[in-house]
Amino acid sequence: MKQLVILSGKGGTGKTTLSAAFSKLAANHIIADCDVDAADLFILLKPNVKKELPFYGGKKATINNDACSQCGLCAEVCRFEAIKDLSVDEVLCEGCGFCYRVCPDNAIDFEKVISGNLYDSTTNDDIKFLHAKLFPGEGNSGKLVTEIKKKASEFFLHNGERNKWFIVDGPPGIGCPVNASLTGADIALLITEPTLSGLHDLKRIILLIQSFHIPAVVVINKYDLNANIAKEIEEYIRSVHIPLIGKIPFDEKVVYALQQEKSILEYPESKAAQEIITVWNSLQL
Amino acid sequence: MIISIASGKGGTGKTTIAVSLALSLQHSVYVDCDVEEPNGHILLKPNISSQRYVTKKFPKIDLVKCTFCGKCSEFCEFNAIVVLKSDVMIIESLCHGCGVCSYFCPEHAIEEIEKNTGVIRKGNVQSGAIDFIDGVLNIGETHGAQLIRHVKKEIIPDQINIIDAPPGTSCSMVAAVKDSDFCILVTESTPFGLNDLELAVQVVRSLGIPFTVIINKYDETFMALDMYCQTENIPVLLKIPFDRTIAEYYSQGIPLIDALPRFKETFRHVFDNIQAILQMHELGVTKQR
Repeated sequence: MKQLVILSGKGGTGKTTLSAAFSKLAANHIIADCDVDAADLFILLKPNVKKELPFYGGKKATINNDACSQCGLCAEVCRFEAIKDLSVDEVLCEGCGFCYRVCPDNAIDFEKVISGNLYDSTTNDDIKFLHAKLFPGEGNSGKLVTEIKKKASEFFLHNGERNKWFIVDGPPGIGCPVNASLTGADIALLITEPTLSGLHDLKRIILLIQSFHIPAVVVINKYDLNANIAKEIEEYIRSVHIPLIGKIPFDEKVVYALQQEKSILEYPESKAAQEIITVWNSLQL
Repeated sequence: MIISIASGKGGTGKTTIAVSLALSLQHSVYVDCDVEEPNGHILLKPNISSQRYVTKKFPKIDLVKCTFCGKCSEFCEFNAIVVLKSDVMIIESLCHGCGVCSYFCPEHAIEEIEKNTGVIRKGNVQSGAIDFIDGVLNIGETHGAQLIRHVKKEIIPDQINIIDAPPGTSCSMVAAVKDSDFCILVTESTPFGLNDLELAVQVVRSLGIPFTVIINKYDETFMALDMYCQTENIPVLLKIPFDRTIAEYYSQGIPLIDALPRFKETFRHVFDNIQAILQMHELGVTKQR
C-alpha cells in the first residue's frame, strides 16, 4: 500500500474538492477523509456505510464526591488546570490519569469514553471509503486519524493488493491530526491558493513535511486570482525543489458543483475539471 | 469583553471578519489563536514590540538510575514511552507533558526539562488603536491547545478582545472559544459550510456561549443554510455576497474595510448588534434565575 496525503496548511484551499474529484478517477484505490473534526468528503461521495465502529479516544476522570476527602492533591498535580472546586472540567481534561493515580482516597474514576465514530463504506463508484466523525469538542483527533489508517492497512493486508494507493484527504493546519496523516505517507500533495496567507501557510507545512522526509508536489488552486502571488509561490517551491504539478483556474463551476453536492468532475467541460485530470495523470498512481 | 470568531470549516473568512471587526472599533485587542497557521499579522501588519517563548515539560530519562522496569510506559496514557532492554524511547509528538512518568518513577530516574513549543508576540497596529497578540506554534509541535491557553492569558480584561480561532471543532477550537462572552460563527453558502456550521453550533451551545452567524461568500440560491439558521433560531448578523474583488484584496493582504471603506459602518453595526444581543441575553439569564 502506498499513501498519497492531500494537505494545505491553510483551510479552505480545495483539499476536499480535489479528493472528491480523485475518487472519480481512482478506480481500485482506497480513499479516506482524515479531517476528522470537520469531515466533509462524505457529503460528495454519499457512501453506503457497511460498518460503524465506536472510537475510544482516551480516558476521562470524574471525581466521586462521596469518597473524596477534599485534600485537593488532584488539582495540585493536574497540569491542564482541569480540576476546579473538586470537579473535573471535561473539556480541559486531557486524560493523563495523574489525578486518578495520585488520589489517596481512590475517589477518582478513570474510564474510557467514546469520542467519535469510524465508518467503513463504499462509494457509488464502488471505491472503498473510510471516514470518521469526531464528536464536536473532542480531542484525540490524531489518534482517530491513526485508527483510520490502521483500517486501511488491514484492508490492503487482507486483500494482498500491495500496488494500490491509499488517498488521504487531510486536515488543515500543522498540528496533531496533520502529523498523524503524514506518518507513513509516501507522497504529500499540497494544494494552495495565491494569497499571502496561502503562501505563508504553505511554507509552514513544507517545513513540517521536510522534517518527515516525504516527497511533495504542489497544486495552485484559483491561480489566476492573483498572478503575482501565484508566481511568488512558483518561485518559492522551485527554490525548495518541490515540483508544481498543476494550476487550477478560478472557476465558478466549482462552487456550483459543490452546492449540488457533486464532484467537479461531473462537469467535465469545466476548466477546473480538465486541470484536475491533468494533475491526476501526472501523479501516475 | 471577549468576542471569538470561529468556524467549523477552514477558509470561510474568520480572519477577514476578525480583522474587520477589530479595525472598525475605536480601540480593540486582536488575539490570533490560530496558532498552527496564524494569518492575522499578514493583514494587520503590526509592529511587534515583545516576544515570549512558551515551554512545555518533557521527560528526560537518567539511564544510569533507570532499571527499565517499564512502569513509566505502563502509566503513560498517550503511549509516548517505549522501554527497551537497555534504553528508553520517548515519542515527542505523543507526549502531553503531564508529568505522570516522572512522579511515579520508583527510581526517581525521570527529570523534566523545559522545551520550547512556540512564541507569543505582542505589538500594536495603527499607532496603538489595536493591541496585537498572536501565538505561533513551532513546526513539528502537535499540541496547539496548550499554546492557545497561554496566548489567552495575555487578554486585556477591560478591553474588547477579538479572538481569531482555529478551524475545526476539536480541542484547539474549544480552547480558543472557551470563556468568550460571545461567539461569531463564520460560514459560507456551500454544503461543507453548512455541515461544519452544525458541528460548531453544537460546540458553542455546549459551552453555553451566546452566538450568531455571519455568512461569507453568500449565495441566496443555496437556501439550505438560511433554512438551517431559521429552524435553529440562530440570528444571521451579516451576509457578505461573493465578490471576486474582495478575494483579490484579501490575496494581497489588504483588510476588507481598508479596501472597501463602506464595510466600516457595516462592522460597527455588527458590534452594536452583538451588544444588543448580549443585553437581551443577560436579561434572559436574570429572568431564568
